[in-house]
Amino acid sequence: MRLEYFEMIDAVVRLDRTAGTIEAVAKVPDASPVFEGHFPGHPLVPGVLLTETMAQASGYLILAHLGFERMPFLTGVDKARFRSFVGPGAVLTVTAKLEHDGSGYAVTKAAIRHEGKSICDAELRFRTMPFPEGLDAPMRERARTSGLLHLAGIGDGAPT
Amino acid sequence: MSDDPATGSATFQRVADIIAETADIERDKITPESHAIDDLGIDSLAFLDIAFAVDKAFGIKLPLERWTQEVNEGKVPAEQYFVLKNLCARIDALVAEKAAKV
Repeated sequence: MRLEYFEMIDAVVRLDRTAGTIEAVAKVPDASPVFEGHFPGHPLVPGVLLTETMAQASGYLILAHLGFERMPFLTGVDKARFRSFVGPGAVLTVTAKLEHDGSGYAVTKAAIRHEGKSICDAELRFRTMPFPEGLDAPMRERARTSGLLHLAGIGDGAPT
Repeated sequence: MSDDPATGSATFQRVADIIAETADIERDKITPESHAIDDLGIDSLAFLDIAFAVDKAFGIKLPLERWTQEVNEGKVPAEQYFVLKNLCARIDALVAEKAAKV
């Protein structure tokens, strides 16, 4: 995870396009300016960044499901629950399942676990749109380095 | 179930309940003649939430993208899709279409 750059997902390790599921890994950095404020002397990953992490895993799932034809943008967070604290160095397992593929929107259920323990979960909603100009290539590059393209069987997606 | 213009069809009753709950609109204000946008003030994001609830409730997929495109291109007046009695007729058609495929 590069918290300051909103790059939350380190690697996509499983993708099942038929079942509509994804599993990704996100390692919390040992140090980050985020921890200086949240909280002084007691570093914890903010819930909003855990939500973003679930959203990014869900976004990768939707991208793969739609064959990288459209870009998902987060529009809603429902039933979010933050069940345990997460601190520096934790290796998180992030999962998402496609609940509904609507016309121009998608809904997922996502969760984060750490060492088998539930950290948080939520239902997330996305509007799906044609890629804004200039976003397609960077998203594909990010998907390639995370291993998503390879798992999705799209193009020359071998991760570096 | 009655198709009385004042109370609407069974489909309308379900859709009106969904709109009331999803968009936090008083149920009594929702009639078959209501225009979802002009009369009820439902914005596009709220309409997506309603579409999700309708999709789930009826086991269909409202073709919102196509509808929006047709309206934006002036091919179809918005009333055809967003006045609730018309929306409900389209829901009924999608349900029937799905049943015919089974």
